[in-house]
Amino acid sequence: MNFVYDRFLGGKNGAIGIAVLAALIFIILPLALDLFRLNLVGKYLTYAFAAVSLVLLWGYGGILSLGQGVFFGLGGYCMAMFLKLEASDPETTKIQSTPGIPDFMDWNQLTSLPWFWEPFNNFGFTVAAVILVPTIFALIIGYSMFKRRVGGVYFAIITQIIALILTVLIVGQQGYTGGINGITDLRTLNGWDIRDDSSKYILYFINAFLLFGVIFLSRFILTSKFGRLLLAMRDKEDRVRFSGYDVSNFKIFVFCISAMISAIGGAMFTLQVGFMSPSFVGIVPSIEMVIFAAVGGRMSLIGVVYGTLLVNFGKTMFSESFPELWLYLMGALFIGVVMYFPNGLAGIWDKHGSKMLKCIKNMQCVGAVKSMLESRRIAKADASGE
Amino acid sequence: MSNTDFTLAIEDLTVSFDGFKAVDNLNLYVDKDELRVVIGPNGAGKTTVLDLICGKTKSTSGSIKFKNKELTKLAEHEIVHAGVGRKFQTPSIYENLSVYDNLEVSFPRGRGVFGSLTFKCDEEVDTRIREVAKEIFLEEFLDMESALLSHGQKQWLEIGMLLIQEPELLMLDEPVAGMSVKEREQTAELLNRICKGRSVLVIEHDMDFVEKIAHKVTVLHQGKILAEGDMKTVQNDPNVIEVYLGH
Repeated sequence: MNFVYDRFLGGKNGAIGIAVLAALIFIILPLALDLFRLNLVGKYLTYAFAAVSLVLLWGYGGILSLGQGVFFGLGGYCMAMFLKLEASDPETTKIQSTPGIPDFMDWNQLTSLPWFWEPFNNFGFTVAAVILVPTIFALIIGYSMFKRRVGGVYFAIITQIIALILTVLIVGQQGYTGGINGITDLRTLNGWDIRDDSSKYILYFINAFLLFGVIFLSRFILTSKFGRLLLAMRDKEDRVRFSGYDVSNFKIFVFCISAMISAIGGAMFTLQVGFMSPSFVGIVPSIEMVIFAAVGGRMSLIGVVYGTLLVNFGKTMFSESFPELWLYLMGALFIGVVMYFPNGLAGIWDKHGSKMLKCIKNMQCVGAVKSMLESRRIAKADASGE
Repeated sequence: MSNTDFTLAIEDLTVSFDGFKAVDNLNLYVDKDELRVVIGPNGAGKTTVLDLICGKTKSTSGSIKFKNKELTKLAEHEIVHAGVGRKFQTPSIYENLSVYDNLEVSFPRGRGVFGSLTFKCDEEVDTRIREVAKEIFLEEFLDMESALLSHGQKQWLEIGMLLIQEPELLMLDEPVAGMSVKEREQTAELLNRICKGRSVLVIEHDMDFVEKIAHKVTVLHQGKILAEGDMKTVQNDPNVIEVYLGH
């Protein structure tokens, strides 16, 4: 029991933080918001997966990846391929020149399903692919970079370029990927309509459960010796290496885990939003994910979830009124956070939160003392008056 | 090269950086239980020798044998696993971790990715950490964030992080730099204590300190050995006097 408490919840403070977040996500938001807004929150929470993955990779590991969108997108595309195949049965696509293949393939003069689409007819394979394709991709990138001791800014730039390359590839291979429009018009999951109201609720809760699962997993990793080694590597990589650790293996592992976590978010995104497109893969979404993590506090698994929600609410509200200003504001927000609040919202809370709570308590105390003095004064006045 | 009884046997070791030979045909033998001090003017190649032994720099030619095991072909962490520990010139400790965590992270168990995930700080580890902390005069500072330690205490902590791995060859690069007189004395005592059962290789500039600890002194100059022997012989060697005082 203690093991679970310390290692998964992160002690008393961690457990309180998780309980508050759980109350917000599982109870308050579903009760307070209408379905449209709740679905939006569900979408934001899928980005929170990527933000959580960046706590592991960037916050603790010190490895800044500007390509988390790649893994988010790969997970999302794997799920979208399955859903698209299910939506493209010969009956509904009989007006196409080749019925039974996704519509965009037909528009691009493809006459049969490409080989790599075939296995996505199987749901079990798809779930495995959502997890494994991004993880293996991360393994290849991680192995080739960390074994050569590529790190820091160079790593960030290379991951960003990979995000760009993947976007260009997806857009260019229209017949296989749906091009710039992405994979759209997704309807059912194993016959279950993902577009109606009840399934939107169900998907919201599945997503929330998975998010908490991922937070628990990350907490477990960070409270182990592995977590301390990540901090140690961030600080003095050579000392870790000359203490007998193969540093690159640790980096590869944390990169793979972060890819897997982002990918789960991507798959849940596809399910909740109903499509997947290259605009969630490229440089801009990847950087946005870093901003979510920075605003929430890159050292805090809970903080980044708030960060993601806040920035996205801000984005939705702001871009409804001033769409063209949003990107500038986002940039300013990032610079501001990095310069003045390097530990984000979580850092501000750690510094001032307990003080604020105390302040509230003090105000009550002050109030109590004041009323006591007041009543004494009145009593005195009464006594002298008599 | 033949096998020897020495803990560390360096033969014909050369490393050249773009034609500049930082270490030139070096031969150096260190015995078990020996504390060897390497001295020499700036740029003599002292730190480079340590870099070569621990694998930070790859040699151009020659061989380094540790307990008759060739080190030049091994990766850094494999050299550590073989039993070589190295302290850097500037104290390299994990400033954002506590003294206790610094030692725990250095404990030689759970060195793989999955090993570190399942590593548990059990009684054996805890006892060992306290033991080492006592040895390096830091037992009262275990819970302190290590960034707050004094410069000298940081040096000790790094030595402790090596000791906890029980290396058979311990290499210390200027262990008393930035220490007070009292701390130097304590360090000399510490080194005399820990060189039992292992070999220790120290680079140092402070001659008073060298005199206190050295069993044997090697003088390096321009990547080559200039003199070797006990402190007295070396101090009276005309070549050494020439190099140190000549210009």
